[in-house]
Amino acid sequence: MTEKNVVTAIRDALHDEMAQDERIVLLGEDVGARGGVFRISDGWVAEFGERRVIDTPLAESGIVGVAIGMALHGLLPVAEIQFADFIHPAFDQLVSEAARLRYRSNGDFGCPIVIRTPYGGGIHGALYHSQSIEAYYAHVPGLKVVAPSTPADAAGLLRSALRDPDPVMFLEHKKTYRAIKGDVPDTYFTTPIGRADVKREGTDLTCVSYGYALHQCLDAAARLEDDEDVSVEVVDVRSLAPLDVSTILESVRKTGKAIVVYEDNRTYGAGAEIVATIAEQAMFDLDAPPTRVGGPDIPAMPFAAPLEHYYLEPEPDHIYRRMRELAAF
Amino acid sequence: MSTQVAETPHGALGLSGEDLVAMYRSIVTARLLDEAALRQNRMGRAPFVVPGAGHEGCQIGTAWAMRRGVDIWLPYYRDLGVVLVAGMTPVEVFLGVFAKAEDPSSGGRQMPSHWGSRRLGIISGSSPIATQVPHAAGIAYAVKYREEDAVVGCWFGDGATSEGDWHEGLNFAGIHRLPVVFVCENNQYAISVPQSKQMAVKDVAVRAEGYGFPGVVVDGNDVLACYAAMRKAHERARAGEGPTLIECKTYRYLPHTSDDDDKSYRSREEVEEARHRDPVVQFGRYLTEHGVIDEAGDEALRIEVKTKIESAIQAAWEAQDPEPESALRHVFEEPT
Repeated sequence: MTEKNVVTAIRDALHDEMAQDERIVLLGEDVGARGGVFRISDGWVAEFGERRVIDTPLAESGIVGVAIGMALHGLLPVAEIQFADFIHPAFDQLVSEAARLRYRSNGDFGCPIVIRTPYGGGIHGALYHSQSIEAYYAHVPGLKVVAPSTPADAAGLLRSALRDPDPVMFLEHKKTYRAIKGDVPDTYFTTPIGRADVKREGTDLTCVSYGYALHQCLDAAARLEDDEDVSVEVVDVRSLAPLDVSTILESVRKTGKAIVVYEDNRTYGAGAEIVATIAEQAMFDLDAPPTRVGGPDIPAMPFAAPLEHYYLEPEPDHIYRRMRELAAF
Repeated sequence: MSTQVAETPHGALGLSGEDLVAMYRSIVTARLLDEAALRQNRMGRAPFVVPGAGHEGCQIGTAWAMRRGVDIWLPYYRDLGVVLVAGMTPVEVFLGVFAKAEDPSSGGRQMPSHWGSRRLGIISGSSPIATQVPHAAGIAYAVKYREEDAVVGCWFGDGATSEGDWHEGLNFAGIHRLPVVFVCENNQYAISVPQSKQMAVKDVAVRAEGYGFPGVVVDGNDVLACYAAMRKAHERARAGEGPTLIECKTYRYLPHTSDDDDKSYRSREEVEEARHRDPVVQFGRYLTEHGVIDEAGDEALRIEVKTKIESAIQAAWEAQDPEPESALRHVFEEPT
C-alpha cells in the first residue's frame, strides 16, 4: 500500500497502463508540454512521445470526435476535457456518436473511448470551472459514467474504463484531487464499473453519495455517531451509470431510511433517480420518506467566497442536520 | 496498343475499356437503384428514402480510386454510389430500405442510407451533419500511428461545411498531415438553403487553405475528372503528404428526401437545366464515343442491372423483420 492523493493515483494508474499498452493515447488541450493543467501527464511527452500524448487544438467536439475515430481503428484513446464545464460542445459527439455507435450498427461497431474530465466545485472555480455534468450523461443509454471519490477507486475504475469495450465518462472531482488521500494497493487491481461500495457501515440510516460530497457525508456521519450515537451507513455509488441498485437497496432495507447527497443542482440530478428507485423498490421497508440533498437550482456555483460557500452549504452543517432530522423521524 | 490507350482521357488515367464498363455498370446501378427505391416509397412499401440522383458522377468517380478491403470509407446518407463501389450489394441496400433484420448497416434500426459495415470498412454514420469528419481524422491518425497503408475517404455535402465538426476535423487532419481525402458533393443546397446563404465564398475548396492542404474544384458530373482528382489525392495521402479537399460541383435532381418538397425553394427550370449535365448520360456518351460500348451493349447492361435490382427488391422484401424485443440489444457489448 502507498498513500496517495486522487490526482497522483490517477496519474500513476494511467501512466502504468500507457507503459503497458501501446494502443493507449492521451489527447486534449495542454496535455503535452504543459503536462495538463492538473499535471496528470507531466513529463509524458518525453517518455511516450508526441504521437501518444497529443496536444490538440482548442475544440472539444473535435477532441471527442477524433478520439471516436481512433477507437474505431484499433486505438484506445483517453480524451481529456480540461474542465467538465467545457465539454458541452462535445455533447453531440458523445450522445449522437459514441453512445449510439454500437446500437445503431446493431452491434457491428464498438467505441472504446475514455473521456476524463475534472468536474465539481469548491475550488473558487466559479460558473465555468465548477460544474457537475454527470446527470446529462448518466441519462444516455450507451454511456457509462463513473465518479470515484477515493484514490484507490480512481485508480481501479480508470483501469476498468480503459478495458471497457464501450465509452466511459471518467469524472474526477477537482476538490478531491489533492484534498483526499488514501491507501492504494501497490499490486495490480481493478475496480468494477457499476458496483457501489459501502464506505462506512451503519444501522440507523443510509446515506448515498459520490464525489467530494461523499467525504462531507463521511465526516457528518462520524460526528453524528460521536455526538448522538446515530449509526449512518454511507454508500459510495462510484458509478452513476450503470447504477448498482442492489447495493443501495440492500442498505436501505437494512436501515429503513435513505438520504441522497450530491453537489449537482438538485432538480433532475442523480438524487432524483436514486430516490425514485428506492421509492419504487423499497417503499415498504422505509420508516421515513427518502430525501435528497442537492445543490440549489441556480445556474452555477458563483465566484465570491460567500456565494460559493452558500452553494455548497446553504445552511450551516446542512448534511449533518439533515441526517440528524432523518434519524429522528 | 498502349500508345493508343494513352491517347484517350481514360487511358491517360490508366483505365481500360473493361474498367470503364465496370464504372458504367456502377453508375447505372446507382441511378436505377435510386429510382427503384423512390418507387418503393411511393408504393407505400418504404416509409423514407434519400434520393441521390445527380450525384452519381462524383460518387462513382471518387470512390473508384479507393481500394476495397484496404481503405476506409465514411460516406454520408446520399452516398449510394460510394457504398456500391465499396462493395455493398443491391440486396443489402434494399434490406436497409425495408428495415429488415439482415440490413448490414443497422439491422433496421436506422433510417435507410445510414450506411455502415465493419466487413466492408464502411464506418457507421448518423443523421447529425458532419459528425463523421472528426471521425475520419481520428481514423486517419490511427492509420498513421499503426503505420498502415490505408487511406480514409470522407464524403459530405455542402451543408456539412458550415458545421463546427467539419472545421475541427479538417484542422486536425491538416496539423498531423493525415492520410485522408475529404470529398464535398456540392449540390448547392443544404436542403432548401442555397449556397449564397451558407457561405460568402464561391468555392468550398478554398477553405482547405485555412487548414494547410490543397483544395481542388472538379466538375462533379464528370466521372473521370472526379476519378482523376481522387486518384491524385489518394496518392498524396499514401505518400505521407497529407489530406486533400475535393469539391465536386454537382446537383441533386430530386427532393432532399422522400419527405421534402423542393418546389418551395427552387424552380423547375433550374432543375431541368441541371439535368442537361446528367453524369450518367454524359458518361454513357463518353463510352459510346470511345467505342467502349454501343447502343445494344448499353441496353443489355441496363436490362441486366434492372433485373438484378428487381430480384434484390423481391429478396429483401421477403426477408425477416427484426424481432421486436431485439430493440433492447447492443446498447453495450454483449457477453459472449
